[in-house]
Amino acid sequence: MEAEAAKYIGAGIATLGMAGAALGVSSIFSNFLTGALRNPSAAPSQVGNLIFGFAVTEALGIFSFLVALILLFVV
Amino acid sequence: MAGTDPIHQFVIYDIAKLFTIGGDGTEGSGMTFAFTNSALFMVVSVVVTTAFLLLAGRNQKLVPDRLQLAGELSYSFIANMLRSSAGTEGMKFFPFVFSMFAFVLVGNMLGMFPYFFTYTSHIIVTFGLAMTVILVVTIYGFAKHGLKFFKLFAPSGVPAYVLPIVIPIEIVSFLSRPISLSVRLFGNVLAGHITLKVFTGFVVSLGALGALGWLGALLPMIMAVAITALEVLVSAVQAYVFAVLTSMYLNDAVHPSH
Repeated sequence: MEAEAAKYIGAGIATLGMAGAALGVSSIFSNFLTGALRNPSAAPSQVGNLIFGFAVTEALGIFSFLVALILLFVV
Repeated sequence: MAGTDPIHQFVIYDIAKLFTIGGDGTEGSGMTFAFTNSALFMVVSVVVTTAFLLLAGRNQKLVPDRLQLAGELSYSFIANMLRSSAGTEGMKFFPFVFSMFAFVLVGNMLGMFPYFFTYTSHIIVTFGLAMTVILVVTIYGFAKHGLKFFKLFAPSGVPAYVLPIVIPIEIVSFLSRPISLSVRLFGNVLAGHITLKVFTGFVVSLGALGALGWLGALLPMIMAVAITALEVLVSAVQAYVFAVLTSMYLNDAVHPSH
């Protein structure tokens, strides 16, 4: 197999990491909504934590995007 | 293809060459210092932030007008966030956190204008910001607490027999902070801008096909508008996340034993 082809295959496989980030982010928002609907008065105080958890989880999806970029343009 | 190349928007070019260190005088040798488009937008960002805050605080009234209210809200937004995550002792870092937040937010927002350069889409800029945060945390932590700062790696309340596992994890997590902090901001902004350019590129290439292409171009056009709205949200959220993480890391420097 040519190295050029392997690069594109690798970049494609790297995007699968986004599935994990999708699961994590959806879990954060669904759990926040569940909690917020049970106790709406406490929800606004937790928006900061929500955004923090979202950002930390989403970063992992961004890392897989970065791996794809490195494979395409740097390696 | 320069018009539809999604990477073209990130090109840094020199606006004015300043001086050269080393080299033998020929073109391209040595290390050239230049005023680039990246530097220009950093200056613009600082000028915009300073002008906004100076105008907002110019004639303060008991009942604030809109501009003063915007300034006060931006102050209390960051101040409350910093106080809740780093405590009142952390408030001495308020100017630092607010500057970081304003620099990242205005940089992201400036990048949303067509033909404007986004300096936060370059890893060296975000990594520089992240290393500044980590250096401030580390230097202040050691200056304030001395060797007790190492308690950061051994959280209180953890049983002694788990410590051999917890301490390496905490050390690795501490060392990876500058990478995750910078790559998060850089990756979000870069991915957003590339997606935006790819969709607008579809509009251009479909529109070149004639009347039927114009109909087809409507779909990516709507997508591009929606993604622009999303990117404005992401710009604000990433600036907020950067500020939140900065104040959480500062909390470690102020209270290292958790």
